[in-house]
Amino acid sequence: MTLLIEENPPRTEEKAKTTHGKVRLREHLMGWLFVGPFGLVFLAFLIAPLAYALYLSLFQKKLIGGTSFVFLDNYAKAFTDPSFLSGAWFVIRFALFAIPLQILLALGMALILDAVTSVFIRFSRLMIFLPYAIPTVIGAVMWGFLYSKSFGPLTDIFALFGGTAPDFFSKNLIFYGLLNVVTWQWAGYYMIILYAALQGIDPTLYEAARMDGAGRWQIALRIKIPLIAPALVLILVFSLIGTLQFFNEPQILRYLAAGTIGPDFTPNMYAYSQAFKLANFNYGSAISFALGGIVFACVYAFLFFTRKRRSFL
Amino acid sequence: MSMKKSLFVTAAMLTAATALAACSPDAGKGTASGGTEGGNNASSCTNTITKKDLPVVTMWGWYPNTQLVVDNFNKQNNEVQVCWTNVGQGGDEYQKFQTAISAGTGAPDVIMVEMDRIPTFQIQNALVDIKKYGYDAVKANYSEGAWKDVSVGDAVYGVPVDGGPMAMIYRKDIFDKYKITPPKTWAEYEQAAQKVKDAGGPNFGDFGSNVAAVTMALQIQKGATPFTYDPAQPKSIGIKLNDQASKDVLDYWGGLAKKGLVGTQDQFTPEYIAGVINGKYATYISAAWAPGYLTGAGVGKGKDTGKFAVAPLPQWDAANPVHVNWGGSAFSVTSQAKNPELAAKVAYGIYADDASLTDGWTNQIIFPLNLKALKSPEFVDLKVQFFDGQQANKEVYVPAADGYKGVTYSPFGQYYFDALTKQISAIIDGSVSGAEAADRLQEDVVNYAKEQGFTVQ
Repeated sequence: MTLLIEENPPRTEEKAKTTHGKVRLREHLMGWLFVGPFGLVFLAFLIAPLAYALYLSLFQKKLIGGTSFVFLDNYAKAFTDPSFLSGAWFVIRFALFAIPLQILLALGMALILDAVTSVFIRFSRLMIFLPYAIPTVIGAVMWGFLYSKSFGPLTDIFALFGGTAPDFFSKNLIFYGLLNVVTWQWAGYYMIILYAALQGIDPTLYEAARMDGAGRWQIALRIKIPLIAPALVLILVFSLIGTLQFFNEPQILRYLAAGTIGPDFTPNMYAYSQAFKLANFNYGSAISFALGGIVFACVYAFLFFTRKRRSFL
Repeated sequence: MSMKKSLFVTAAMLTAATALAACSPDAGKGTASGGTEGGNNASSCTNTITKKDLPVVTMWGWYPNTQLVVDNFNKQNNEVQVCWTNVGQGGDEYQKFQTAISAGTGAPDVIMVEMDRIPTFQIQNALVDIKKYGYDAVKANYSEGAWKDVSVGDAVYGVPVDGGPMAMIYRKDIFDKYKITPPKTWAEYEQAAQKVKDAGGPNFGDFGSNVAAVTMALQIQKGATPFTYDPAQPKSIGIKLNDQASKDVLDYWGGLAKKGLVGTQDQFTPEYIAGVINGKYATYISAAWAPGYLTGAGVGKGKDTGKFAVAPLPQWDAANPVHVNWGGSAFSVTSQAKNPELAAKVAYGIYADDASLTDGWTNQIIFPLNLKALKSPEFVDLKVQFFDGQQANKEVYVPAADGYKGVTYSPFGQYYFDALTKQISAIIDGSVSGAEAADRLQEDVVNYAKEQGFTVQ
């Protein structure tokens, strides 16, 4: 063996020199071939429509006077448009409440499921995850009926204690009504991600920690959470993007609470109604990109701060 | 390593973020191309065309008995056949039509539209003036008010089918229990409402923010003229949404809501219908198509059978009654029609034969505007089952329809209704008075009109 190796090196080096370029080229081509199908779809259905939307957002079409190039006017309008700004402020406020709530719930449940060994664990895990398996539209409709004063159980439950049920479709409570729907839907999904991350931790670490005298709480706080921090960051980014683009639930519930949820309730709903109800595709595109900008800024800020404070990434 | 990974994650996230945020325009393109197939391909008709060698005209519509109406037309016609698709009711259809207009392709040849939307599509040159294609032959079949609602200036953009003369539907059981008679004026309406409330009764009516068209009709009843528009000068428009009449009507309903005399529930919702069935509302201010709609939604069956009756809409001045309209539809020819003349033949002929009309009004699907039906004794004398055998057409709806003068609707109907809805919700939650809401609405709509390039008078 050793002899062979000693004999071979000059030959392989020579060969490598002559064929190096060819191999590299072939590897390149193979690479592109593999990426090709994805790249085509990516270009056709993501990059091209995005570019087209960006193009549209630079024009203005009037009922009288037709289409004209206005450069960034639509964006200037968006950032002074009370409808867009109040919608953006709503989703930011909503994110500040909804995300910590969802993550804490998911983390708590994941830690419990990970720590406790019982026959019910598998069942509980499935039950907590189940809401995510229900399509958001169905989930929203279902909650709509649960909140209903005529059909829902709330009226009856509160009547038992002689009270009046809260109206989650009213202007004051819609925030909490939606918060509940979203948390119900997503906490289980985040729990599964965190649970999977917890399962991936080497159990010998726990053993070592216990030898050093760490209790259950200390293991959870000082071993488990720091080790699943990358998964936490991942779901935080997911939920941040998802929440800022809030659309499905309010869009469905507005048929039950139309006076409370207007067409400009969230920026995405506003973009949708501008484009498809008012035929203002230009402004709709501009709002979409403006929202994209806000999402970009929020996610960037979030990643920047988490990177600075901690060293896990 | 970890730095690289995080950068990659960031990049992936951001790409996803922008992609999702901008998804609306993509979806628009998808719908447009989908519409081309649905709209112009004769093989995708909901109905079966038997006379296969005749030219085909495509049509969108959502009357519950359209299948029968189309079959009747095709059977009786040897010149053209209709290929019908139902792409959704009201707003759903307009959204698809609007997308087809923007795309320049995908619209049907003939389309069912509510009359208050005609100017909205006309101003985008999406509809064809069909006056030269046979208007004179059918002119006498409809009232002047009906023609006005489908016209912009002198041009005719649709053929009327059904109307929505407004009236007051009420619960006989509630009226009997609290010993009240149908109010003839809005002042009496408020007094009756107060009486019912003082006696611990239910809401007298409902002020829903999502039925802006009702509020507009009631403002017009008091004398408001929201829009004036002369198509000879298409660049200028008159907008008067904060005159005294408009303010009075908003203040009146805002006041009723504030005093707890009427509900503030959105209409056309399960919640509202459940309320109607359970006697939570003593009256329902609505149009002639309401009995059909309510029956379909399950009202008037079971324990509330025969509880409903109808009376004329309360007036501001009982001596000079003003009749108003809510809803009502027409068939229009779109400018994407390949053969406008042939399409106009369909628009004029469809839902105008006796069999279709009779089916429509006996099943309370339409309140016919075709005078052949409107004046027929069978229709006028009909004992309406929903109203416990009351001759509702003769007593209430026909006089209301006869007295209706027509309205000039806004060329940006969707925006106007959305803006009015917003103001009504603000009145309901108590943040503005009716008069303030009218001023804000005026400012909002005028700004929009200017932004769209109009000169506002």
